[in-house]
Amino acid sequence: MTDIAAPAPISGRSLWADAWARLRANRAAVVSGVYLILVALACIIGPSFTGHQFTTIYQNYVRVPPSLSPYPKPDMIGTAVEEVVKRARVELAAWREEDGRVVVTVTSAKPIDERVTRYLDRSDLFEHAKVDEISADGLRLTMSADIKRTYFLLGTDISGRDMLTRTLIAGRVSLSIGLLAGLVAVVIGVAYGATSGFIGGKTDEVMMRIVDVLYSLPFIFFVIMLVVFFGRNFILMFLAVGAVLWLDMARIVRGQALSIKRQEYVQAAEALGVTNAGILVRHVIPNLLGPVVIYMTLLVPQVIILESFLSYLGLGVQEPMSSWGVQISQGAKNMPYANWLLYVPSFFLTTTLFALNFIGDGLRDALDPKDR
Amino acid sequence: MRVNYKSWLIGTTMLVMSATGAFAEVVFNRGNSADPESLDPHKTSTVYEANILRDLFSGLTVQDAKAEIIPGAAESWTMSPDGKTYTFKLRADGKWSDGSPVTADDFVFSWRRLVDPATAAEYAYMLSPVVNADAINKGEKKPEELGVKAIDPLTFEVTLNAPTPYFLEMLSHQSTYAVSKANVEKFGADFIKPGNLVSNGAYMLAEFVPNDHVKAVKNPNFYDAANVKIDVVNYIPTEDRSTAMKRFEAGELDSNDDIPTEQLADLKAKFGDQVRIGPYLGTYYYVFKTPKDPWSNAKLRHAISMAIDRDYLAEKVWQNTMIPAYSFVPPGIGGYETKTTDYAETSQLDREDAAKKILAELGYGPDKPLKLEIRYNTSENHKNTAVAIQEQLKPLGIEVTLLNTDTKTHYAHLENHGDFDVARAGWIADYKDPENFLALCKSGTGNNYGEYSNREYDDLLAAAAASADPAERMKKLSEAEAIGVARDLCVMPLLYYGFHTVVSDKLKGWEDNVMDVHPTRFLSKE
Amino acid sequence: MLRYVLRRLLTAIPTLFVIVTISFFLMRVAPGGPFNQEKGLNPVIKANLERVYHLDEPLWKQYFLYLGSLLRGDFGPSYNLPDFTVGELFRIGLPVSIQIGASALTLALILGSALGIVAALNQNKGADYAVIATATAGSTIPTFVIAPLFQLLFALTLKWLPVGGWGDGALVNKIGPIVTLALPQIAIVARLMRGSMIESLRSHHIRTARALGLSDYSVVIRHALRGALLPIISYAGPAAAALLTGSIIVETIFQIPGVGRYFVDAALNRDYTLVMGTVVVIAIFTIVFNLIVDLLYAIVDPRVRYD
Repeated sequence: MTDIAAPAPISGRSLWADAWARLRANRAAVVSGVYLILVALACIIGPSFTGHQFTTIYQNYVRVPPSLSPYPKPDMIGTAVEEVVKRARVELAAWREEDGRVVVTVTSAKPIDERVTRYLDRSDLFEHAKVDEISADGLRLTMSADIKRTYFLLGTDISGRDMLTRTLIAGRVSLSIGLLAGLVAVVIGVAYGATSGFIGGKTDEVMMRIVDVLYSLPFIFFVIMLVVFFGRNFILMFLAVGAVLWLDMARIVRGQALSIKRQEYVQAAEALGVTNAGILVRHVIPNLLGPVVIYMTLLVPQVIILESFLSYLGLGVQEPMSSWGVQISQGAKNMPYANWLLYVPSFFLTTTLFALNFIGDGLRDALDPKDR
Repeated sequence: MRVNYKSWLIGTTMLVMSATGAFAEVVFNRGNSADPESLDPHKTSTVYEANILRDLFSGLTVQDAKAEIIPGAAESWTMSPDGKTYTFKLRADGKWSDGSPVTADDFVFSWRRLVDPATAAEYAYMLSPVVNADAINKGEKKPEELGVKAIDPLTFEVTLNAPTPYFLEMLSHQSTYAVSKANVEKFGADFIKPGNLVSNGAYMLAEFVPNDHVKAVKNPNFYDAANVKIDVVNYIPTEDRSTAMKRFEAGELDSNDDIPTEQLADLKAKFGDQVRIGPYLGTYYYVFKTPKDPWSNAKLRHAISMAIDRDYLAEKVWQNTMIPAYSFVPPGIGGYETKTTDYAETSQLDREDAAKKILAELGYGPDKPLKLEIRYNTSENHKNTAVAIQEQLKPLGIEVTLLNTDTKTHYAHLENHGDFDVARAGWIADYKDPENFLALCKSGTGNNYGEYSNREYDDLLAAAAASADPAERMKKLSEAEAIGVARDLCVMPLLYYGFHTVVSDKLKGWEDNVMDVHPTRFLSKE
Repeated sequence: MLRYVLRRLLTAIPTLFVIVTISFFLMRVAPGGPFNQEKGLNPVIKANLERVYHLDEPLWKQYFLYLGSLLRGDFGPSYNLPDFTVGELFRIGLPVSIQIGASALTLALILGSALGIVAALNQNKGADYAVIATATAGSTIPTFVIAPLFQLLFALTLKWLPVGGWGDGALVNKIGPIVTLALPQIAIVARLMRGSMIESLRSHHIRTARALGLSDYSVVIRHALRGALLPIISYAGPAAAALLTGSIIVETIFQIPGVGRYFVDAALNRDYTLVMGTVVVIAIFTIVFNLIVDLLYAIVDPRVRYD
């Protein structure tokens, strides 16, 4: 990476154009960027194409594993027929499967209502049920129905909802709160920290005193109180979380600012009469970008993980919405049995966070002014 | 690593030896979902304490392995002909764990302590049937005025307001246990600490490390000590149920009082009949805010109740650890005839048809959808239940939204009569009696979250309370349930609770029962 | 320096006071109280309980009562564990949390720094990518996923360790909690160390030192590391305060009796005194570690002075 910078940069080329060129040269960052965009797109438009609503409960397909072939599996039909018959409160005489249809004969001590077919239709496995034959006394009835093929590529959750659709919907929530809270935290944190560290003296002391006080307030306690207050509105809550998380950022930025300020070139600039604002823009902020970007790439995942922690405590986003955190905590509870409940959302979460990290590293390398 | 491994090996070996060696003690590691809040019998409020205190103390009556009432600290008792005075004869060999005798004075002292407002006992109402108990608890009378008397050191007399058929049952409840008067006076508030506490049960307290364990050891002064086979019980708080299952599998626990229901099928496959499931005396219900329109209409309440497929909830959401409920009082109380809603036996489709008809009659339809918000407190299963109900009501054109809050917020909202449409609640019986449930629909009761108020219902409960004839009383209560629950749906019963526990094959004498009560003194371990 | 420390400790008192005040009132505006529960209490009994705990007094009076007892070093009784005072709960639980937390932090700092340095010295080579990948995975997988998997692997499959429990502090019982607690920290430290090390290696004085012919090893240790330590120290301060006061997830899943769960349990149970106790304890830890961080800054970077 260092040798790219070797030739003297053309004077007109801005810091940003330069950085952009470097970023594009970083393959890991580019791949990650593309991946993130794909995930975001999938989360935004994907749920319309999965063929399932994220709220629909398939009563007969609770906790079924991922499968590329359609449901029902052959052994499920018998169970489903038995269940239908039990619910209809009649006796099962015989059933068979032929050409994608199921034919069921039932008997009862009382005359059977023809509406009994509705129980077949009600099942997620069958559709278009009709009565084929009914005995004269009405005590024996044969009905048939098409077997409905349904795909659950990533299986279903413990309520019987399509995992793929729900994971994508959950992604929307996780990504937006991560970005939102991360952004809020960075904006406040950088502004606060840079100001404090750069101005220094009494101002620095007062500003850091405030940070100290807020810092010493237990974060988790604060977040739980926020959940209690804003529990109904998750977005609002994470804006609030962002507004709390800036403390770390502020301290780190301030620490860097303090140390940058003492660098010879900044002191030289000061001596040469460059204004404070000028120094801030020209020297302090560019020097801060590296650590800020690294921290931001830690912060977005941190928010997403914080959200999953809240989900673990049962304080996550309200049903029927979901988030990766909610899904993972549910999946963790179902280990080691229904492991796809953990692996599917974990895969999305982990890869997304990986991508965020690589982009962060790429950005850091690209923005590092010492590399020019 | 080597050293660690070795020490672990030694530890394990010692455990094994202590379990099998003739010289060593039998240790029972008993998983208990939560820590006790307090070991002071008069300050308890949860079943987790009850599980421990039942081993430490003996009430006047106690529950046996099947949760039937047998004599405890009292070896016998007589009831006056009017049913209002009980005279208990205490055991001559009844001793505290320090060897001092258990006297009637201890019971007088303890019961006064229970109802004294300064004790602030959550279970003070357990003594409500006793003369002046409620007035004392309200601060209107002095604790000394309680209707209890020590006739001689071994004779304890109680006077009741009215005949109370379940009184003997209540005496096995931990809140009515006695503490040693001498001991409380000696140590003050610290009498409850390990080392200070003396108790009259099969075990005595050795250690209490919060979030780690409560250790109880066999009490040599217990009147039936000869038949107590387990020497040490460690009650281990197992808040995380998944960990509890792993610890059970690894042999670190011999039993646990809860299992993660979502894993039930897999656990059954793994542990076989070590998984115990059965009915438990409690009801899981939703409650409508009855004074609020449109929920003030009982017909509409029924329409929603009919549209909820309880079989699905029990089978799929709760994995058959719960039972579909159509009455508030669960079955299993001797002498009581449970009253269910009239659609309990109709099929789900017919119910839905009926529900649709009612909704149409009331003018609800695509143009005027019915909106309903379900409030529930944070829990995985409450969530799954609400989600399932939301989906079940959708085909009827009912737009359901869910609102989940933490437990404290939830119950504060309900108790303060905050605004809601439908809210979740649950009730587990303190003792086997229908009144324990039905009181929750009485006008003005604190736990009557739906604010149901019906004169006829209140009168029937009052008539039952005044009745001297147990059969007559049960009949009145049954009639009350028919009106308040089956007709008016003051609460909408969804499921009866079930107990779900794991019990190691090594433990013998564990009898499943509706109270889920298993005193350690009746158990043994191989 | 000593004057500085004394001054900081003195200013901690108003800080604590502000924190106690904010938390006290924040807690009280939350809906619900310690005695709202599934098994609802009748009003008389609830009133008795509130009287015993002075919850029936006006809020300002409760606040001063609390401040008064706090000044006497009394945290009050716990509402939800009335057999114990809040002070006793901390005396029992804090040593457990500190043992686990300190071990996890030490592990994280040593291992994390080592990994970070290795990665930085091999920037954009195989070792670097391996470290980044492991570190990222470590910091992205939630602890409540790692901990049960750890139990499955080491306790149930390999049977090397017990599943959970404290076992009177036996080492085998501590391994799981320490490792699970340390993993995400190792990842974060490694990433921070890598980043700041790369930065540091590029700085002028290191380049100068290299140009003067110092061997790689001594350059790294003497010069680069010194500069690179600053972000780690910044991070380690708050991390220490957080780790030493326990983790609810690790303590709940491994069923060990630390104080970590009190943050959350007490807040959710509205156990006011226990909440205030945790707030004060955490605040003290945070204040002390922040001070240590600032002092370390001055030691590591001589240009930062506090006089």
